[in-house]
Amino acid sequence: MNLNTIKSELETHVPGCRLEVIANPSPSAQHSLLVDSEHGYAVAAYLRDAAALRFDFCSNVTGVDWPPKETSTKIKVKNLVDGPNGTEEQEVDEVQKTTTPGYLEVVYHLFSQELREGPLPLRMRTADREASVHLPSLTPIWRSAEFQEREIFDLYGVIFDGHPDLRRILMWDGFLDHPMRRDYVDPDDYEYEPTAHNEVLKRANQHLAETGGR
Amino acid sequence: MSAYPSPTSLLEPTAVAQEQLLEISMGPQHPSTHGVFRMNVILDGERVVKLKPVFGYLHRNHEKIAENETYLGSMPYTDRLDYLCSITNNWAYAIAVEKLAGIQVPERAEYLRVITGELTRLQNHASLLGFLLQDMGSSGTPLMYAFREREKILDLFEALTGARMMCNYMRFGGCRVDMPAGWLDQARQVVADFPKFLDEYEKLLVGNEILMERTQGVGVLSKELAINAGMSGPMARASGVSYDIRKVDKYSIYERFAFRVPLGSHGDVYDRYMMRFLEMRESLKILNEAMRDIPGGPIVDPKTKVRNFRPKPGEAYGRIESPKGELGFYLISDGGSNPYRYRVRPPSLINLTVLEDLCLGQNVADVVAILGSVDIVLGEVDR
Repeated sequence: MNLNTIKSELETHVPGCRLEVIANPSPSAQHSLLVDSEHGYAVAAYLRDAAALRFDFCSNVTGVDWPPKETSTKIKVKNLVDGPNGTEEQEVDEVQKTTTPGYLEVVYHLFSQELREGPLPLRMRTADREASVHLPSLTPIWRSAEFQEREIFDLYGVIFDGHPDLRRILMWDGFLDHPMRRDYVDPDDYEYEPTAHNEVLKRANQHLAETGGR
Repeated sequence: MSAYPSPTSLLEPTAVAQEQLLEISMGPQHPSTHGVFRMNVILDGERVVKLKPVFGYLHRNHEKIAENETYLGSMPYTDRLDYLCSITNNWAYAIAVEKLAGIQVPERAEYLRVITGELTRLQNHASLLGFLLQDMGSSGTPLMYAFREREKILDLFEALTGARMMCNYMRFGGCRVDMPAGWLDQARQVVADFPKFLDEYEKLLVGNEILMERTQGVGVLSKELAINAGMSGPMARASGVSYDIRKVDKYSIYERFAFRVPLGSHGDVYDRYMMRFLEMRESLKILNEAMRDIPGGPIVDPKTKVRNFRPKPGEAYGRIESPKGELGFYLISDGGSNPYRYRVRPPSLINLTVLEDLCLGQNVADVVAILGSVDIVLGEVDR
């Protein structure tokens, strides 16, 4: 089924939803549909229930972390410089740095068992990676997302509103960080070093000073 | 009047006893949990009123490790996901990468993949039946019968790949090694002998009254819930969901073989158990045809780079029908030598979504049978 027809059908039946087709340049050609988080639930419900679509099988749910990206572009800037003949213009290369904000992304791979269609990757993005990491939970629509959304909450830190039982699933409850994020730093493992020396010994002493020997 | 209650009054449940719930922690070292898996079960007498699975005892963040590794470097590590079926794990990963990079697989390699993949299905289902019966208290004999057959198949794997369980057999665009001399005859012999084991096992157990009492009507899964909760493999087909990825996606060369997809009608433990029997018989048909038709030729696509393998930016989701269900790999490439995102869709974990639904209202002894019929391997559940 063509993704553009799905998109136009969704736009007529779910008023106000903002959709975008994300092209996939690889040979797999599995293009995906990006939906805004406010209408994510309504779009998913329509995808499951509409007679022409019937995406009744949500196979895979996964998170992807996109940290902020810093891109530097070289531009030519004209500056006024004091020269021997008074003020004159001079072209100077200047590096301009732009940061695109990071976000967390959740991808649902939908299949239709009834119509033998799929996969349709459905994506939702959070606003950023720290403060607003909320997305609507699609577990009420597809039960198969239950453990997988818990896993994304655990490993990426996306908070799914409306999930019936949002707890950590693989890490223990007292764990603080989200280990699948790209900027996750491994905990200090000095205690596993049998003969601490050099760098490791320095880190061990620092760790002992910070924690007070605990 | 005596201070002690009469013996007959003890048999009647008191109001206090009815409200007394017992919370027990099954696992993680309980032998029936197939590894280190724990269930928090709340019991009213012997009846389960609540069950919460607890995961993570084998968690090593396989996905993160694979993201810091080259594409090919993760191939041996996929063996350790579902360590009973390493070859199908390799296959699913290879299919995902081949989709991502657009790699063609030569004919002979496809046949080798089908043969080893179906042998994997045979040994997984055989040992699962043994485990399930062992869990239900038929100690020793059925498990040893199943393991005797499994051992023959593991010998074949050892002769072919060098390892019994951690086979590391597939490569992107083909397989790692070709068959040694005489291997095909040995495999034909194993496949020819296998129906004898199935007949014997069926005669021993399928009509067994104790087995029927323990499994029929226990842990019933409806068709609607099976689809909605993402069940796949024999677990879904026992509930009547006609969905076999070998038929739906027609990946590899499965459309060339004549085989049928067995379906259950009750969705109970007995149907899930029978599903494995029937699937093994269908696998034998595929194996016989594949070993008859296997052509000569190269076993790996010569154009695929082994060193400095960098797929173009993009993403791909590839999946196969592994013995446990739908095993998928989702990869995002940013053009580098490591995958930017590497995700395993673990059938064992997702098939456990309905564990609580299946166990509610059942006796605590049935929990063991229900869990056994789901067919999980903890290396894949926790990753």
